[in-house]
Amino acid sequence: MTPEVAKFFATALTIAVGSIAPAIGIGMIGSKAVEALGRNPEAEPAIRTTMILAIAFAEAVAIYALVVALIIKFV
Amino acid sequence: MKEHNTLHISIKAEKIFHVFGFDITNSFFLSLLVFLIFTFGALIYYYQSKLKNKGSFYYFVNFIIGSLYNLFYSVLKEKTDYFFPLLASFFIFILIQNWAGLLPGVGSILLKVKENEEIVKIPLFRANTADLNTTFALAIISVFLSQFFAIRYLGFKGYIEKFYRLKDPMSFFIGTLEIISEFSKIISFAFRLFGNIFAGEVLLVIIAFLIPFFLSFPFLILELFVGFIQALVFSMLTTVFISVAVTKHH
Repeated sequence: MTPEVAKFFATALTIAVGSIAPAIGIGMIGSKAVEALGRNPEAEPAIRTTMILAIAFAEAVAIYALVVALIIKFV
Repeated sequence: MKEHNTLHISIKAEKIFHVFGFDITNSFFLSLLVFLIFTFGALIYYYQSKLKNKGSFYYFVNFIIGSLYNLFYSVLKEKTDYFFPLLASFFIFILIQNWAGLLPGVGSILLKVKENEEIVKIPLFRANTADLNTTFALAIISVFLSQFFAIRYLGFKGYIEKFYRLKDPMSFFIGTLEIISEFSKIISFAFRLFGNIFAGEVLLVIIAFLIPFFLSFPFLILELFVGFIQALVFSMLTTVFISVAVTKHH
């Protein structure tokens, strides 16, 4: 394996492995939020705000992986 | 000398010129323009607030500030008045900087600069929050101010007691971890904002290279949303950390 090929593999694997956990996390957050909405439709604004905040946190982990992947690719 | 015409993506902001020995980077240049627009808007608002017949701009700004106040009020309650200027400035500053990075021309107007015997083309503008220096500075301000407010509200003794208590030997271990987590907050703040905005820019560039027509548009809308959400997340997290910092430990 030449260094360039290793670099491509590293880039692809970083983002691929790094986005598994955030994807599961965001799915769980979304499903729980919908569940909460079904039980208590009046609380929609509060649930939406909390859900978006929580999703932003879970997404941040994927973004870290993306930044690392970009650094490997372009630096 | 050769020229590069390939996809240009740079992690760090690049220097475009020097002023009195200071390097002016492209992200700083855009942030200066945004700063001027922001100041101008503030002056218009101030001027209109003195008039008898106020313009729609005045009511629009009032509406935004009012909704922000209600948002922060839901966390801070009666302490909102004291912290509101800081938190609202965080929100509005980050929001405008994020959105300024999406204006047409940002990242696409190129400048030829000689660098190590090679002519490289670098963008004249770059979103300020897509520069790690800015987000790091914002993160340091946010975390250190929350410590400062904790000392101010609880006194120095109360502040130390949040970490170490003599009655509780375990706290010497946990307190040290808490101190480390305060520092890690800076890093996570900085990289969350930087990563989101920078990744957004890279996404837009790559989409434009793949399919030059129309397809960028939905991603542009997505980036508007991401910019708003990141500004909201940054200011809401600061709010939550401050509200935790200024309450007494039990």
